[in-house]
Amino acid sequence: MRLKFIEEKIAKGLMVIASLAVFAFVVNIIYTIFRRGFPALNWAMISQIPAGGYYNGGGGGILNAIVGSLYIVLGSTILGLLISIPVVFYLNVYLKKDSKLAYVARLAFDVLFGIPSIVYGAFAFTIMIYLGMHTSLGGGILVITLLIIPIFIRSMDEVAQQLPKDLLDSTYALGATKLETITVVLRQIAPGIATACLLSVGRAIGDAAGVMFTAGFTDSIPTSLSQPAATLPLSVFFQLSSPNADVQDRAYSAALILIFIVLIISILGRLITNYFSKYKI
Amino acid sequence: MKSSPYQNPTRASWAEDYSFLNNDLESAKDNESRKSYLKVSDLNIHINKSHILKNVNLEIPDKKITCIIGPSGCGKSTLLKTFNRLIDDVEGLKYDGSIWVDGLNIFDPKTEITEIRKKMGLLSQRPCPLPMSIYDNIAFGCKMHGERNRKKLSEIVEKQLKAVGLWEEVKSRLNAPASKLSIGQQQRLCLARGLAVEPEFILADEATSALDPISSKHIEELFVELKQDYAIILVTHTLRQALRIADHVIFMYLGEVIEAGPADEIFNNPKQELTRKYLEGAFS
Repeated sequence: MRLKFIEEKIAKGLMVIASLAVFAFVVNIIYTIFRRGFPALNWAMISQIPAGGYYNGGGGGILNAIVGSLYIVLGSTILGLLISIPVVFYLNVYLKKDSKLAYVARLAFDVLFGIPSIVYGAFAFTIMIYLGMHTSLGGGILVITLLIIPIFIRSMDEVAQQLPKDLLDSTYALGATKLETITVVLRQIAPGIATACLLSVGRAIGDAAGVMFTAGFTDSIPTSLSQPAATLPLSVFFQLSSPNADVQDRAYSAALILIFIVLIISILGRLITNYFSKYKI
Repeated sequence: MKSSPYQNPTRASWAEDYSFLNNDLESAKDNESRKSYLKVSDLNIHINKSHILKNVNLEIPDKKITCIIGPSGCGKSTLLKTFNRLIDDVEGLKYDGSIWVDGLNIFDPKTEITEIRKKMGLLSQRPCPLPMSIYDNIAFGCKMHGERNRKKLSEIVEKQLKAVGLWEEVKSRLNAPASKLSIGQQQRLCLARGLAVEPEFILADEATSALDPISSKHIEELFVELKQDYAIILVTHTLRQALRIADHVIFMYLGEVIEAGPADEIFNNPKQELTRKYLEGAFS
């Protein structure tokens, strides 16, 4: 057999091994969570807030954390989109390709991307002290928004940089101002926006360090932005810290619920992406 | 180039056709009766120190097909992009001179660039439909310019799709994505999209070069039909296409206009040696 076919076989083998290794890890994680979490999962877990002594094996559930996490994810995603879409639009439509400002801005977003969430938490905490805020849902949304903006901007920007020059030119040729091209640009980068949302939802819902200082933790469901809010990762953390094995199992159930929520959001995200990409040229 | 062909009309009918060109064009305002009117005077374009267009002086007649021909890199496309100032975004651009459209200098800071662009439908080399449905592709421009009445929008969409002969092919799937159309259909859609904002000029930058022969014939036929109402400016690489449909020809070489005039003059009796050589295929 010729050498290049042997190369081909070896390379293919390596790729299969790498894919299987990743797959095995994922299966292992999910299996562990299932094995310990599924037996402890019951309707009360997702329909009730913690009753007295919940963390010592008392009754109730983690509805507070589910609702808190969903509030924070929803709020920060909307806020994040409102802030990052104008940034991406400005970088790609208003600034020229070799603009220095665009270069510096992209570099800055890359750095922000890598900053650990605990630093965002500490930063947002100082702002909150300055504003006289207590740990609250609003604070949690604020810090998660800061955390996901770089993800939003960089992943949308990657798609927006591929925006065909002809497409903008065609729109200008119809007499559009730069601002008026936004409908065209948004439709063209819609798949990028959907991907950005998926990535940031994943990061937002799984973040524990950022919300620890800012959103706090509570056993009740917040009814306003100024009340503290519980989150799923912190709920997992507190239950896992318990010496009681039953409560530890509940931590796994909470993790299972978290994964399930991410799964549902991802599937929804894919469906929405497909819907919006049908017009993409 | 000193001797403009406009100053020595050799044929009576020709002189008649182009008599308006003999007017002193600085006073373009005298020509308000002529709806579409485009004149370039002393235009120089520099991009990053290279002199792309050199002292261009020319006029585009109304209700005629004007073909800009010349070898690659002679500045044809740059000239076309200057007409609707799409060239503005180019880095390192410097220009002087003026381009008059309906008595307005397009470089005048007071001129609203969107108004100029609205007057010029653009057809690019590869069709570039907007990422929307067929219907929205055509309605987009009208909506942008303030038309909100749904009934009127539907009328415009139908009228323009009929104008480019696309109506029968797409009337049952107006909400389908424009990207699903064949490339020839897309190009006709782009033409219809441009017509919907009621331009006076149609600028086409090698608009048929990406199309198959049948689609490209279709577009050519459309141009011939549309010249009754619009001034059509084509940049073309295909001399045969220019021969088939041009009424007026501008030959450019290395950023200069070498010769301009009615098509049969240029093709049958070019005054400049360079033009003759190009037409004979000595270089391309």
